[in-house]
Amino acid sequence: MLRLENLVKTYPTGDKALKNVSLEVPKGQVMALIGPSGAGKSTLIRCINRLVEPTAGKVVLGDLEITALGSRGLRRARRLMGMIFQEYALVERLSVMENVLSGRLGYVGFWRSYFRKYPQSDIDEAFRLLERVGLDDMVDKRADELSGGQRQRVGIARALIQDPQLLLVDEPTASLDPKTSRQIMRLICELCDERDLPAIINIHDVMLAQLFAKRIVGLQMGEIVYDGTPDGLDADVLTQIYGAEDWSATIQKGGEDAEEADGEEVRLELERQRQDLDRDRLAGMT
Amino acid sequence: MADLAVPQAGPRRWSRPPLIKDRRWRWGLAIGAAVYLAAAFGTVDVNWARVYEGLPRGQAFLLAFFPPDFASRWAEIFEGIMESLWMTVASTVVGILISVPVGLGAARNLAPRPVYYFCRAVVALSRSFQEVLLAIFFVKLFGFGPFAGFITLSVATVGFFGKLLAEDIEDMDPVQAESVRATGAGWFQWLNYAVQPQVMPRFIGLSLYRLDINFRESAIVGIVGGGGIGATLNTAFERYEFDSAAAILLVIIGIVMAVEYTSGFVRNWVQ
Repeated sequence: MLRLENLVKTYPTGDKALKNVSLEVPKGQVMALIGPSGAGKSTLIRCINRLVEPTAGKVVLGDLEITALGSRGLRRARRLMGMIFQEYALVERLSVMENVLSGRLGYVGFWRSYFRKYPQSDIDEAFRLLERVGLDDMVDKRADELSGGQRQRVGIARALIQDPQLLLVDEPTASLDPKTSRQIMRLICELCDERDLPAIINIHDVMLAQLFAKRIVGLQMGEIVYDGTPDGLDADVLTQIYGAEDWSATIQKGGEDAEEADGEEVRLELERQRQDLDRDRLAGMT
Repeated sequence: MADLAVPQAGPRRWSRPPLIKDRRWRWGLAIGAAVYLAAAFGTVDVNWARVYEGLPRGQAFLLAFFPPDFASRWAEIFEGIMESLWMTVASTVVGILISVPVGLGAARNLAPRPVYYFCRAVVALSRSFQEVLLAIFFVKLFGFGPFAGFITLSVATVGFFGKLLAEDIEDMDPVQAESVRATGAGWFQWLNYAVQPQVMPRFIGLSLYRLDINFRESAIVGIVGGGGIGATLNTAFERYEFDSAAAILLVIIGIVMAVEYTSGFVRNWVQ
């Protein structure tokens, strides 16, 4: 479905973000892309829809060679690739409905979009998607009134209303709490399943990646160093991707509840320490 | 021997590093500035005897403003105010209409380099002349009257509005803009969905602020021949009708305050 051939990206500053990346993602596959900050994950995903222009190499979606398109063709091709962003990237001063409908911009003319006169089929689809992600009562709220998880749901609806053939997902859970992160990942995976959509998900959280993706690709310094199943991620592989560290806690695939309980305990402990600190400080001041 | 083993007894000192490192430069600049300031005050030649003589005359002058006389020149005052108001509204609207493309072009993150430099040049040119200078120029060009004033204020608006709009566009959140681009939107759709919502509050705020400025400037522009209430005010002074002049000043103050309050209210409301 999606094929990357020898993709290279060198930034004007001389940073080699991608060195010769080749990759194939078949229909319906949810692939997680992991790797340390600066490994080139964001660049890779943005080279696919050419928000970042690749320096060399080919991107082919279906049988459309995206890297060969002119600006008009590129705009048409972008309609086929839904993108979900880190920090949601909703236009904050537009309403939920406007944000979702902006996913149709590639299909409607300027004046229709300017006067917000979208075809009835688009409006129906928007309502259906908002219902699917559980936001049908928020239609006319402004995007900046929503919580993080709700915003990311709007982002998902915006990507899906494009009726895409591929989802590009950039750190969807970066600013969400553990529980919401899981819900969002689950939602993305379910929707991909329903539509037989392939997806590339950039993600920091190795445990989430293992939990939800069928295939994991590890990127390090612009090169693929791991490509395989979630089970294949052992301490050696993680060290190869991220560098040496004690990985025992990450690999142990405890249930979801266990992790959340841990998180809670850590938070309480921190809270206690902070209170002690405050007491000390107050004592010092008297 | 024992001294060598113990590292530096006593507290370690710290003071903020000075802005100018070199001591000679630091003192040289400070003394130079003080000397210049003293010399500058020295050149202002105040004749205290004349100031004293002038005091009762000044008092008489100020007393001549009271009571303000709205009635005897009301027709002229009304006409002047109306002229100023249309000048203000028309020049603000026209100026902003021109500023939008100029501002878009002057935003570094939107425009290609040549367009950017051209639009910056337009902004810089219209900002480099104060309204009064522009007005003198346009009065010579188009003759006395409100048309010259209208052109003056429009040009001044472009400089002001174009610059501030461009700066606001440069400050927008690039991720929101990227997300709309990723949907396959065209350039104008992208402007309408990604850029416009982000700059709208500032756009409205600046428009009202500029309306306010243009009204005040319309009074100034009139004094050099640009028509409007300024012309009426000038005539009143030339005829020594200080009571009418006082009335005009009060009307100007009233209108400026009204605009000020409305614009504050509207700005709060659009946030």
